[in-house]
Amino acid sequence: MMAGALFGEGKDVQAFPYFGVERRGAPVTAFLRMDDRPLRIRSEISEPDVVVVLDTFLMKYVDVTAGLKPDGVLIVNSTKGPAAYKRSPSLKVATVDATGIAIRHGVGSRTTPIVNTAILGAMVRVLGIVKLESVLKSIRETAPVKREENAASAIEAYERVVIG
Amino acid sequence: MAKKLINGNYAAAFGAKLARAEVIAAYPITPQTAVVEQVADFVASGEMKARYVCVESEHSAMAACIAAASAGARTFTATSSQGLLLMHELLHWATGARTPVVMVNVNRAVAPPWSVWADQTDSISQRDTGWMQFYSESTQEELDTVIMSYKVGESPDIMLPSFTTEDAFFLSHTFEPVEIPSQELVDGFLPPFRPEIRLDVENPRGFGSLSMPHQWYMELRYLIAEAMDRARERILRVEQEWKELTGRSYGGPLDEYRTEDADVVLMNAGTAASTIREVVDNLRREGKRVGLARIRCFRPFPTEEIRALGRRVHTIGVMDRCYTFGDGGPFFTEVKSALYNLKDRPAVKNFVVGIGGRDITMKTVGKLYDNLFRIKAGGLDSEKEWIDLKRPEVG
Repeated sequence: MMAGALFGEGKDVQAFPYFGVERRGAPVTAFLRMDDRPLRIRSEISEPDVVVVLDTFLMKYVDVTAGLKPDGVLIVNSTKGPAAYKRSPSLKVATVDATGIAIRHGVGSRTTPIVNTAILGAMVRVLGIVKLESVLKSIRETAPVKREENAASAIEAYERVVIG
Repeated sequence: MAKKLINGNYAAAFGAKLARAEVIAAYPITPQTAVVEQVADFVASGEMKARYVCVESEHSAMAACIAAASAGARTFTATSSQGLLLMHELLHWATGARTPVVMVNVNRAVAPPWSVWADQTDSISQRDTGWMQFYSESTQEELDTVIMSYKVGESPDIMLPSFTTEDAFFLSHTFEPVEIPSQELVDGFLPPFRPEIRLDVENPRGFGSLSMPHQWYMELRYLIAEAMDRARERILRVEQEWKELTGRSYGGPLDEYRTEDADVVLMNAGTAASTIREVVDNLRREGKRVGLARIRCFRPFPTEEIRALGRRVHTIGVMDRCYTFGDGGPFFTEVKSALYNLKDRPAVKNFVVGIGGRDITMKTVGKLYDNLFRIKAGGLDSEKEWIDLKRPEVG
């Protein structure tokens, strides 16, 4: 959806996942590359500018900031403030309770909320590289169900994200 | 023409839809599943007027495609890895029966151990089945090649099956902007499939009968060999026609990038070519004369194009995302063999790389060019080398 929003604003984009056997709840990594000029590199991203964490549980097992550029951005779905994840002074950290937001808007179930669309709103605010309207349009075009609830999640996360 | 953000699998499905495939028989397998899901969706919604045959295996999928094509239907299927291997027997059959089936294969490693990631061993293992083999670099190329391969394969003087491949994940699951040609454009390019000889209950004929050694088996095989040789020229011509309509072409069977004055050239098939182009431009800015030659078509093999390249460059490195145990990388052995009868041959080194989906990064590619320059200065260090190989800790 984020790739779709950037594409809609005229960027070249590349979005691809990395996962093992397809099953619900398994950890997955997804990559997004964007540029003003046509993209060519097709390898995975090992030195990202931005890392987005949807589930802090994974941080126990994966060093999510490994490779992140020193002045990079870390966005975490968490009820804690950004200070809890600030590993170095140059790192920009933002947190948002995407889980709570998704539950409030009925996106997914109360036990397994879908936080993906909420976090997009936070990304818009923190990164400043794409308009919120573009992301909402992309959500409304691609969410299979509950389009307005998904869009509302993104808007609330945009408003509530805390930037450290 | 509108651009859409789609991945390689959807591009393949759009290719089949725009080509107006009439019979689809396929069995899902990761990472190909989205191809058959999307085609099934097109058929269910009526966007695609086709018969979708649910089958219990890839072997049956190919059998259904051969039967439908024999009856004069345009057919489509898609598979990957173990699925392609299960089809193997019938791949030979499709060629012998001269059925121009079109397939998409997502290049995935073969088990064990289980791996769903990019590796070209599956399709390379079909080398001798008589299928044309295309390797795509981008999502757009995947869509375009599906459409073009119908036109090449269905030519009355060719009548051969073909598959086009997508590296698992690096193409199958990568969303990028793709121009979807209009139906009118594709209809103008690709006429309906109407083979002169086909299964017809009103006019029965014998198909696939017995041929004694003194009869016509050998001659029928010779006709296939001739048809495959004719396909070389046809692939170029069809690509030229496509270019006139869409403005897009992919460099023919051997897609060369900045090779005109190159000292060293890397050869590769598949998606890593995009990353290599980036490295080529960087090295060129440093004044290094490097180039890329992408093997886009493995069958028929671009022998003449490779010879022409071999006459002007000093050192060639051939990258293989697959391996023939007991020999070398299959692309390497074929390139070397194409060059053998040249009087002045370049040095050729084999880089075995990216096996089982291991990432081929700009750093990896940079190392390969460094190695080629060392060979140019001091001669061949070794004929083949596995790149980025981990060594288990001992003790």
